[in-house]
Formats: sequence, structure tokens, C-alpha cells
Amino acid sequence: MTDYDIIIVGAGPAGSTVARSAAENGLNVLLLEKRQEIGVPVRCAEGVGKEKFNEIFKDIDKKWISAEVDGAKVYSPDKKTEIVLSGDKAGNEAGYVLNRKIFDKDLVKLATLAGSDLMVKTTATGLKKNKDQGTIELTMQNSDEIFTAETKILIGADGIESKIGNWAGMNTTLNLNELESCVQYQMTNIDFDERFCHFYLSYETIPGGYLWIFPKGKNVANIGLGVLSSLSKKSPKEYLDNFVNNNFPDGKIIEINAGGVPVGYPLKSAVNDNVMLVGDAARHVDPITGGGILNAMIGGLFATNIAIESINKKDYSVKTLKKYDELWKNDFGKTLHRNKKVQEKLLTTDDKTLNSIFHSMENYNITEANTKKLLYEIIKRNPKLLWDLKGLFI
Amino acid sequence: MERKININRYKCACCGACIAVCNFNANEIINTFLEIKDKNCTLCFSCIKACPFRAIELEE
Repeated sequence: MTDYDIIIVGAGPAGSTVARSAAENGLNVLLLEKRQEIGVPVRCAEGVGKEKFNEIFKDIDKKWISAEVDGAKVYSPDKKTEIVLSGDKAGNEAGYVLNRKIFDKDLVKLATLAGSDLMVKTTATGLKKNKDQGTIELTMQNSDEIFTAETKILIGADGIESKIGNWAGMNTTLNLNELESCVQYQMTNIDFDERFCHFYLSYETIPGGYLWIFPKGKNVANIGLGVLSSLSKKSPKEYLDNFVNNNFPDGKIIEINAGGVPVGYPLKSAVNDNVMLVGDAARHVDPITGGGILNAMIGGLFATNIAIESINKKDYSVKTLKKYDELWKNDFGKTLHRNKKVQEKLLTTDDKTLNSIFHSMENYNITEANTKKLLYEIIKRNPKLLWDLKGLFI
Repeated sequence: MERKININRYKCACCGACIAVCNFNANEIINTFLEIKDKNCTLCFSCIKACPFRAIELEE
């Protein structure tokens, strides 16, 4: 008999979503977290779209949310033009800025209340196929104790630094042009428009990425940036310090975060025999926005469904698990692919061109704007520059 | 002396960006600390470029 139906490596939003939903469906589940505390250190700007988030959670705990925003403002490199995405409060672009420390820990609590086992400060150190049983034997270590457990399904929810994919024979290593290298300060004592998330673009001063200001409460914000590792000439920290010194000289840093964000094309497949990858481990991150929390949870629910199906069929082969690929590809996978194409174009656009693109949008009526509509409108107004992208939006 | 890479602990934020770009399984975050496995490292320097704090340094 196997020890578990599912073992999940990594207790972020993706992993704990799988643990919770699998346990709720009566499966025997173990959730592993290598850190001694869930949710820290934070590696995230913490923004999520309101509409999708509300769809996923019927009962949102107020403690999960640091701030609510009406929309986003995007600034041209010369800061002379801004594009505002807002509309009504229930609209597509309204959002929450989460408190990941509380949110991540609560998701894990919910998973354990549903019946999932949990081990913290426990690292997965290797895996072996058990050919006779068609299962996987996972080796783990907690303190001096090294032990193994047999599982039918292994979920790699182990984030940007995922090992599970590579161990299971999938190449998930990123090239330098597929990684945003990010630094963020949580700052107090700053003055800005707290009704919006703010995005700054510039090839010169934020190469291959963007800078963000996400409100975290009165006069508090996450201010950070990501630059593409293959393009950046200075360290991300230098680019950020420069912005902060110029714009918020009186601000005080109360927390420093860092992180890598995967911005390549989506994986051709996020499964192998017995193994499915979810969240950042599956590189399920939007290459333009860098957003990954919602995809992590939606993908986690897809993975759970397919895990249940394969366990009922007693077939854990790649052939059965492939259905998970179909589910995420037909859902957010399409957006990931489209936005990667747009991001590639952005990477070759200099500041002068970007300024003129922003300028072309000055009288755009944005009450019903969402990202897709906005991109389509930008292409329409800049046909010579962007015509090759047109096919992506029809 | 042989060339190798070192982690500057005063700079490292243990974010894992360096691990995502390593093709040689030469680094790992153990609990909350980054470790380099010298025997796997090929000195390709991808991790140096990926690090948000430039915390990985070449020792000559």
C-alpha cells in the first residue's frame, strides 16, 4: 500500500490549493514546506485581479487583503502620458494587494483543516520511481532525520527554484532572457495615489521589465522593479535605489524583498509519469505582468481534478496526466502565450517609440478597458509598429 | 588558487533566482539558506547575472 495518494512539495498558494482540494475530495495528502515558516520571506508584489480572486474564494478573509485598488495607471518612459485602466469597481482591472504572510499561512491552515498532513522545515531531497507499483518514492529530510514516503502522484509546487521538474526529467531551467530579476522595498512615509497600482515602463532605466508601486495601506506601498537578466547592465537594486531616491527621498524602507519571475514561453508540458508541476514551478506566470498567484491556484485546482481521475483509474502515467496540460493550456495558457509574443515585441521597443505609442493613446476612452482590449487598441493606433501582433487579438 | 563562486551573505536574500537559471544543479536553498555545490558548478556565471542583489561573487 502506498503511504499517500498525493505528496505536494511547496506550501505556497499553488501547493496549498492542491492540498486543500485533494483532501476535501477524500484523498490521502501530504504537504511539504522546506522553510520553518509558511509565507516568508515574501517574494512577491502581492497584486491580484479582484474578479478572478472573488471567483476562487467564496469567503474572503479581510485579513488577507492589505489594500483594494480601483485600477492601474501605466506611465510612459518620459512620464508625460499615462494610461489609466479602471472602469467600475467590479471591473476587470480592479484588484487586491494581498498580505501574503497571512494569506499563505491561512491557505495552509485550510488545507490541514480539510485533512491534509503537513510537514514544515522538511526538504524533499530526491525521488525514485518504484517500477513494480508504478509509484514514486520521495526522500525527505527534517533535521537529522532522513525518511521516505511512497506516493501515487507527486506535485511540484516548489516555486522558481523548482527541483521536482528537473528530477522528473522535465527541463524547467530558465535562460537569462526568461528571468525577471526583482527587488522590492516595502516603504512607509510616502505620498502617492493609493487608489491605483502604478506601473512605469522604460527601456533605459528598467530594461526588459517594469517598476511598480502597489499600495499596502495609508502611505505604505510595495515599490519594486524587475529587469530582464539578459538586458540589465546594473543590478536591479541600483535601478530601484535610483528611482526611490528621486521620487520618495523621505520614504522609509520597512522590508526588503527579492525574487525571480519566470517570463519565458509556457512549458510544452508540465507533466511526466506520476508528476505534475503547478504555479511558478510550472512557469505559469504572465510574461507581461509577472502575475502568478491566480494561475497558481487555478492550475492547482486543475491538477487536483486530474490527480483524482488518475487515482480512480489507478493509472498515473503521463498519458493520463496530460489532461492537466490541456486544462491549463485552454485556460490561462492562451493568455500566457499571447502575452509572451507581446512582451517579445516590447523588448525591442526603445523609449522614443514607447513614448509615441503612449502618446497615441491620449484620448482613448478607457471606461471599459481591460488589458486585452487595451493592447488591441494600441496595435490599432500603431499599425506600422505593431501590425505583426494583430493576429494575436482576433 | 582555483576559481570558484561565493555567496556574499550580507547581500543574499535567498530568493532562488540563481537556482532557476542553473543548468547544472549546482545550487540549492536549504531551508532558508543558499548553498553552492562547487563540484557541479561550471562557472557559467548565469547565477551572477540573475541575482537581484549581485550577491554571488567570483573568487579568483
